[in-house]
Amino acid sequence: MKARFGIGLGAVLALTGVAHAGATLDAVKNKGFVQCGVSTGLPGFSAADDKGAFTGIDVDMCRGVAAAIFGDADKVKYSPLTAKERFTALQSGEIDMLPRNTTWTYTRDSSLGLNFTGVNYYDGQGFLVTKNLGVKSALEMDGASFCIQAGTTTELNLADYFRTNGMKYTPITFDTSDQTIKAFEAGRCDALTSDQSQLYALRIKLQDPNSAMVLPEVISKEPLGPVVRQGDDEWFNIVRWTLFAMINGEELGVSSTNVDEMKAKSTDPNVRRLLGLEGVKGEWMGLPDEWGYNIVKLVGNYGEVFERNVGEGSALGISRGLNALWSKGGIQYAPPIR
Amino acid sequence: MSAEQSTRSSASKVPLWRLPAFRAIVFQVLLVLGILAFGYYLLSNTLQNMEQRGITTGFGFLSNEAGFGILQSLIPYDETYSYGRTFLVGLLNTLLVAVLGIFFATMLGFFIGIARLSPNWLVARLATAYIEIFRNIPLLLQIMFWYFAVLRPLPLPRQSLSVGDAVFLNNRGLFIPKPVAEDGFWLVGLAFVVAVLAVIGIARWARRRQNATGAQFPTASAGLALLVGVPLLVYWLSGSPLHWDYPVLGGFNFSGGLEVIPELAALTLALSIYTAAFIAEAVRSGIMAVSHGQTEAAYALGLRPRVTLKLVVIPQAMRVIIPQLTSQYLNLTKNSSLATAIGYPDLVNVFAGTTLNQTGQAVEVIAMTMAVYLSISLAISMFMNWYNKRNQLIER
Repeated sequence: MKARFGIGLGAVLALTGVAHAGATLDAVKNKGFVQCGVSTGLPGFSAADDKGAFTGIDVDMCRGVAAAIFGDADKVKYSPLTAKERFTALQSGEIDMLPRNTTWTYTRDSSLGLNFTGVNYYDGQGFLVTKNLGVKSALEMDGASFCIQAGTTTELNLADYFRTNGMKYTPITFDTSDQTIKAFEAGRCDALTSDQSQLYALRIKLQDPNSAMVLPEVISKEPLGPVVRQGDDEWFNIVRWTLFAMINGEELGVSSTNVDEMKAKSTDPNVRRLLGLEGVKGEWMGLPDEWGYNIVKLVGNYGEVFERNVGEGSALGISRGLNALWSKGGIQYAPPIR
Repeated sequence: MSAEQSTRSSASKVPLWRLPAFRAIVFQVLLVLGILAFGYYLLSNTLQNMEQRGITTGFGFLSNEAGFGILQSLIPYDETYSYGRTFLVGLLNTLLVAVLGIFFATMLGFFIGIARLSPNWLVARLATAYIEIFRNIPLLLQIMFWYFAVLRPLPLPRQSLSVGDAVFLNNRGLFIPKPVAEDGFWLVGLAFVVAVLAVIGIARWARRRQNATGAQFPTASAGLALLVGVPLLVYWLSGSPLHWDYPVLGGFNFSGGLEVIPELAALTLALSIYTAAFIAEAVRSGIMAVSHGQTEAAYALGLRPRVTLKLVVIPQAMRVIIPQLTSQYLNLTKNSSLATAIGYPDLVNVFAGTTLNQTGQAVEVIAMTMAVYLSISLAISMFMNWYNKRNQLIER
């Protein structure tokens, strides 16, 4: 509670300070690291491992930006934020970027003074239920109770879905996803609802993950992406093109393992532009020319990042689905680097 | 006459800025102006910055549709109501838990406080242990403990514990039959009001009689009989204009009846138990502040121990207890905002939580929330100060 007011009050005080125009990049270069807002612990997206190091698909966005700026992916500091705190933290300048499985919506993009830079994971809202509840579809859940994380689009989608289908429901909202899964495990609610990727991530936190299952329905579109403050186009471009460089890297077959070889041998102008060898200049974004090379070398291309954190080889075991490249049946698509 | 004139004329010769009274006023005006200017600077700067950063400002969002559900509401609410309505829902939920908490904490606190002074060794030690344990564990942990300790062992809705198919207990809450008034129930209400007025009258009469003649009248038992008996009689005479709405298991949970959600139970329990430990200490300090000579004098007059406590010790102890009690009530009310940790939909959870996040208007929402807690606290403070004044020793 005190922390909650602390953040709120912090925001009020920060907003009363004198705004300095743009120049997030200068500030980041001066302090020597990127301050990155991530979740309070969501395996696959951003979670601290047993050594205290953060990993996840969102964390790799931060690392990518640090690699592009400093040529060192470790120059990142993380601020774990609850869903309720995240936008205030970004607005007030406490963090530089917010890749925190955050859904891109009209309200957030247009009224919060924030900009979404792209989509690093296409998601949709689903339901996690215990197997012995005997429910096969969300449409059978009239009158059920749902554990939800407060301050998410999930709360609104759930209300819409039940209203559209003329059903009743009871929402029980918690601050963190950890609390929702604990309450779900304690039997306080019949189902936990969240983005599908999160359901898989939370399921492996259960004592017996096999006792619960994810229902087939997906009731919403949840494009998740990194967010930055409005009004600093240079910084916006850096974050956006970090993501695009990863996606282009996968499309061009450049990965962290073969990037040095490609740099030495490749004659493909697309690859050479991505790696900063010809044509385009990094200084247009205030970065060194090898920014693209650094991202792929130090963090990896989009496919590597996906597989490592949430893909079929990881603990979450999520298939690429919508997140496959556009050329492979998905909708991940990046403008060309030229 | 002339001396007065001369002092007046000499005073008028002193320059204005050397008059202490004048200077005091000038400095105070300057200070107030400075504070106002600083406040205005903060406000205008905030607004300007938010505008620059493209953040929506103003209170227009209060009339927008909220679009999310709330677990518990004392007033009609669904997703189609406005954000302004979520403010009211949250506020009422906060007030509910604060009132329940204050009531139970006071009862328990007085009981434990008196028990700690008991001549019975075991009772006194038990009370001491209670105070030392609950006073020294952080409240947040206690709330979590009660929430998960209350929740985990309870069965699922389909295996509910039940009493006579009317009262059900499961991990979704406690379900009890709800009385529903029918036409003609107002007669019973009227009877109750009449009984209350009668009891007040009797109490006054009994006091006057005792002052005049010394004869006592059993006001308490007579009053209780009137309060219960008269409405009951009217209820029976008017043909029982009341039926019960029983909770029924349907689908996932019970519907109908009155529902007490476990979040409310856990929060009330934790707040009452925690605050009671402090109130108990306040009560003990109050009683110990009454000099022992008072008790001995009362005994010497032949008053029994119960009467001594009621008429001599407690009225004097209250003067010490009330200021401390006020602080504890304020603490309890403010601590109720910890509700957010277990998902009880209080003001902080609903309004400064979900509403803040969905609208993104942190400054407005936090300002409103702070204003509410300030107002509630000031109201409690004012009431307790008034009560304190009434109980103060009137020196003659």
